[in-house]
Amino acid sequence: MAATQAGVKRFYALFAVLALAGIGILAYLLLKPSTISIPANVTVQPADTSGFRGYIKGSSNAPIEITEFADYQCPFCQTFATLQMPTIEDRLIQSGRLRWRYRDFPLQQHPFARLAAHSAACADEQGKYWEQHQRIYESQSEWAAARDAVPLFRNYAKASGLDLGRYDACMKAGKFAGRIQASYNEGVRLGVSSTPTLLVGNRLYRGRLDSDAIIRMVDSLAPRR
Amino acid sequence: MIYRMSAALLSLTGLFVSAYLYLYKIGKIGSLACGAGGCETVQQSAWSRFAGIEVALIGLLGYAGLLAVSLAALQPNLAERRWPTTLLLVLAALGVGFTIYLTYLELFVIHAICRWCVGSAAIIISIFIVALLEHRQLSRTRSS
Repeated sequence: MAATQAGVKRFYALFAVLALAGIGILAYLLLKPSTISIPANVTVQPADTSGFRGYIKGSSNAPIEITEFADYQCPFCQTFATLQMPTIEDRLIQSGRLRWRYRDFPLQQHPFARLAAHSAACADEQGKYWEQHQRIYESQSEWAAARDAVPLFRNYAKASGLDLGRYDACMKAGKFAGRIQASYNEGVRLGVSSTPTLLVGNRLYRGRLDSDAIIRMVDSLAPRR
Repeated sequence: MIYRMSAALLSLTGLFVSAYLYLYKIGKIGSLACGAGGCETVQQSAWSRFAGIEVALIGLLGYAGLLAVSLAALQPNLAERRWPTTLLLVLAALGVGFTIYLTYLELFVIHAICRWCVGSAAIIISIFIVALLEHRQLSRTRSS
């Protein structure tokens, strides 16, 4: 039953080869760059923005419009989207007093911000923008810490009910890179330098505004009848 | 001894397969090398977690345990001992049981088959078989 010395040596040699091969393959997969990246500073073409003002929630007849410039990887934007927005939506948007316009402002220091914005844009193409938007914000701690966020955004796309074939094609093509850049350029032109920044009329509000402050602001600008 | 060596090599292979699936699940690896897309369906399903833990992580820990036991069983002072083989057999049987449950989910609940999961199933069944053969061989040696 006992193995010969040569047999044991052969076993350990085979074991070492297998271990090195496995570690090598996993290391390669871990270190290879993501297959999808959304380029920054692309030249914006007229087709990128034609008819597109941002992602809009609320009635077109609402007396007040607030434009939010936000970055999916910004923790303050995440807090705002998950904690403040539900109240704003219930109290102001659904009652027809406020229209919300979301604009992407992906900051350079956030490596996945542009990719997240693009994932949401690809969801918009299938009419599921807000579902994907919310999932991306709610799961920020998960994907922001990942080495490659692409598969996680894809998981959210699936959970949002997207056709994954169309979603993959959209992501690979970087179809909305120009739209995101146009949104960013608009923010820069208006003086946005940080996120979240809200534009109300011609005035920019930087930093953390809570839902109470926004309700007071809307009340003062368009008093309830 | 040949059976214990085989169990060690199979456990190492299973460890890499489950590590690969786990790294994909937590977003460290971009895409699964699996043609039919069934792996992604399985990995993204609600059944990819068991008792709140990623199934791939359970596999990773299971294979690590099997590898540790089978390598320990190869040490000269344990070569004639029966308990490492019994432990290997019990761990492999638990793995086979869990694999049967997961395969049932793939076939009848998720309706998708992941080739990497099939590979892992083949590995754990093979470990169980070699542990069983080793156990029988030790039993015969004792009785003769």
